[in-house]
Amino acid sequence: MNAPVKTPEERKADLQGMGDSRLRKEDARFIQGKGQYCDDIKLPGMLHMDIVRSPVAHGRIKRINKEEALAIPGVHAVLTADDLKPLNLHWMPTLAGDVAAVLADEKVHFQMQEVAIVIADDRYIAADAIEAVEVEYEELPVVIDPYAALEPDAPVLREDLQGKTEGAHGPRDHHNHIFTWEAGDKTAADAAFDHAPVTVSQHMHYPRVHPCPLETCGCVASFDPIKGELTTWMTSQAPHVVRTVVSMLSGVPESKVRIISPDIGGGFGNKVGIYPGYVCAIVASIVLGRPVKWSEDRVENISSTAFARDYHMDGHLAATEDGKILGLKVDVIADHGAFDACADPTKFPAGLFHICSGSYDIPAAHCSVKGVYTNKAPGGVAYRCSFRVTEAVYLIERMVDVLAQKLNMDKAEIRRKNFIRKDQFPYNSAFGFEYDSGDYHTALEKVLDAVDYKALRAEQEQKRADPNCPTLMGIGLVTFTEVVGAGPSKTCDILGVGMFDSCEIRIHPTGSAIARMGTITQGQGHQTTYAQIIASELGIPSEVIQVEEGDTSTAPYGLGTYGSRSTPVAGAAIAMAARKIHAKAKKIAAHLLEVSEADLDWEVDRFKVRGNDEQFKTMADIAFAAYQQPPEGLEPGLEAVHYYDPPNFTYPFGIYLCVVDIDKGTGESSIRRFYALDDCGTRINPMIIDGQIHGGLTEGFAVAMGQQMPFDEQGNLLGNTLMDYFLPTAVETPTWETDYTVTPSPHHPIGAKGVAESPHVGSIPTFTSAVVDAFAHLGVTHIDMPHTSYRIWKKLKEEGVQL
Amino acid sequence: MAKQIVKMTLNGQQIEQLVDSRTLLVHFLREQMNLTGAHIGCETSHCGACTVDIDGESVKACTHLAVQCDGSDVKTVEGLAEAGALHAVQEAFYEEHGLQCGFCTPGMLMRSYRFLQENPNPTEDEIRLGLSGNLCRCTGYQNIVKAVQSAAIKLQQKESATA
Repeated sequence: MNAPVKTPEERKADLQGMGDSRLRKEDARFIQGKGQYCDDIKLPGMLHMDIVRSPVAHGRIKRINKEEALAIPGVHAVLTADDLKPLNLHWMPTLAGDVAAVLADEKVHFQMQEVAIVIADDRYIAADAIEAVEVEYEELPVVIDPYAALEPDAPVLREDLQGKTEGAHGPRDHHNHIFTWEAGDKTAADAAFDHAPVTVSQHMHYPRVHPCPLETCGCVASFDPIKGELTTWMTSQAPHVVRTVVSMLSGVPESKVRIISPDIGGGFGNKVGIYPGYVCAIVASIVLGRPVKWSEDRVENISSTAFARDYHMDGHLAATEDGKILGLKVDVIADHGAFDACADPTKFPAGLFHICSGSYDIPAAHCSVKGVYTNKAPGGVAYRCSFRVTEAVYLIERMVDVLAQKLNMDKAEIRRKNFIRKDQFPYNSAFGFEYDSGDYHTALEKVLDAVDYKALRAEQEQKRADPNCPTLMGIGLVTFTEVVGAGPSKTCDILGVGMFDSCEIRIHPTGSAIARMGTITQGQGHQTTYAQIIASELGIPSEVIQVEEGDTSTAPYGLGTYGSRSTPVAGAAIAMAARKIHAKAKKIAAHLLEVSEADLDWEVDRFKVRGNDEQFKTMADIAFAAYQQPPEGLEPGLEAVHYYDPPNFTYPFGIYLCVVDIDKGTGESSIRRFYALDDCGTRINPMIIDGQIHGGLTEGFAVAMGQQMPFDEQGNLLGNTLMDYFLPTAVETPTWETDYTVTPSPHHPIGAKGVAESPHVGSIPTFTSAVVDAFAHLGVTHIDMPHTSYRIWKKLKEEGVQL
Repeated sequence: MAKQIVKMTLNGQQIEQLVDSRTLLVHFLREQMNLTGAHIGCETSHCGACTVDIDGESVKACTHLAVQCDGSDVKTVEGLAEAGALHAVQEAFYEEHGLQCGFCTPGMLMRSYRFLQENPNPTEDEIRLGLSGNLCRCTGYQNIVKAVQSAAIKLQQKESATA
């Protein structure tokens, strides 16, 4: 008996292509303890590295004594900056055009800075030996506050830069000044303010926080002295760029350097940069001719690897009396720590901060960002966001709320009034971005209806009027737009390499396929979702499509995964590579069916002769023919490579609403409701999208409600363990409600915009908006994060709130 | 460093190993026994990525010495599936999308496995409290909670089928 003929819809469902909430392919290994993370790698003869770190935040190294450490059995080497100098590896270039010490050269600039390394037989001996390395410091005055760093008589932090009046991003006007970067039109913005009936200003600090993925950073470096080949497994979000940098630094030809990002236990921006630990492990492996493993511990991770944010912002809005925004001005002091080690596209030292005009049609705008050195760890990475977009969204969303309060307008009403309208897209912002698509009004109304906004406001009014009510109720509303998918290589590069991304697809004779990508998943589920794009494009079931990433020896060159660029850039590369294969497949199908290409129609998984459903060739048939009997003049095989250089960024947006109840007596807050509507354009896997949104909202909750990295006057980081640094557990974490609209990107091959960072970017100002709203009737317009119970309790006391 | 002989049942197998007295259980499992499922996220017993089961209790292997396990029955994520079949908690985490990067997953699974024996029919609040010693940076816990709820039902059904 013949199997029943399946309908096109049934065949489409079988593919598990785009739009399918397909379960994740990567899970099988993770749920059975068979993932392979960096620290799981064990090579024959492997040694272990540990790092001697500075206890002081600013000091001169007077003396290092290695003898006692070297005398410990099992210790192979102790290396300091003096040992790296002959190799010219004691300093390394940063992605931001600065240099950073690999091992401290005469001076230390922050607490926990790398001073020496120890290589030993195992991690216990290495840990013993770092305690035995004696380092004598002469302590120097410490600068923690970036404003103090710019005082004329502030201590000189970077003696290596003394006398340099020109930095990587223009003139330096002070010894602790890194750059001043501006965007927009200052004259136009000033003019808008000069004539505006209403202006508001607000100072705000976006605190220094740390991405803190659950897996810390580490690597296994293995140099083969016979072949002259260097293989390094590394916790990297950008293995190909690392290979280029390692080759440049070490002198080993790039063809003999292989970087492998194995399974990565979360990145969130923390694993983009190149840290001294990686460089030292590689040097040690080359020097000793044996594999060397480095695994940092949690204290090292929080103290010394890349932080995020630390923006001191002054925002100003000019508006009409009825709330139409006329102008925006922003001035930022950016605390970069000891070295400028941001991971931004080269030409953008403040990332894409100039997206700070947000979802609003603002005719005149200007921003200025001043980067400053302090005695803190370097960084300034994009913690689950596109470059500095979180800071930008926070700034504009806070400012719009401040303006609404000044004008006694509702938060939703002022947003409706200033939104870029649907018919204005593509929209050119005053900062020069071309927003691709959006429909903000529809999305806002959907959220307000879903939560019954009017009823919430009525409840709030009632509670405010009731002196016996034990809680303050706050409603937060944020309507954000991101700029992601960096980016067009005409404006975006890393170390001169354009920020394209790549895909190589091979269809095997039996109709299964492998795709190799320049990106690297860290939990986003690329092995599942990328296959879905190919399934829809080529009619091959997702199940038989393997996706490989992270090995520079097999994958095509790509810039990696951060800044929500995987779907906007690599996702486009997949579609384009698949379309090249589709075009060739059509030629083969025409040959097999003995018709011209013009007589063929594509349907789900096959080419059909038009008007004759019985005459068709499936992609599986075509794949075999491609290896067996390709038409004359056509190369055998069925594969393609595509390097996709995006014509523009993508602009996902969202509308978030949060209801918070604050205990008037204790300051404890409870997130009663959080409603998140996201528009990421075309949706590839709704299950994974929801999962990414839950995770991003939880990280946003952590940042807004508890994360901080406070320093004392001596530059000691107060809180670098998970005892002190706030990572929410399942108990504190609110329950999330998600929703969506779909406004595809017109320039992306499949209309997708990227999603995983939106919830982090959008939720943080929503929490602040809600907490401030709880105090709004008392005239409070802004409260800095984090909104811990203690800080809220202090605010309650300050405002004289009685129980 | 003084070495000790340690005998234990590890994932159902009797083993006898020589270990340094200061060796942490998580390093013993990962480096000596090549069981790399238990992960190290903090070394201060906050994150729970190293959670294993010892004599019927959840234990964080990063702050437990291998020698303390002498005579114990130790189970790790590698020993969770039986006879080639996934355990109900493993199935449920897969079906409910209860994991992303996978780093916390072995600890979450081992804690869920024990928690559902302590409380076979938990409320959502009880699940959240029961798993509060395990941190996840990716999922926001919502699907982990759903997975534990689903696993509870699976285990109850299995129980009633065999009763």
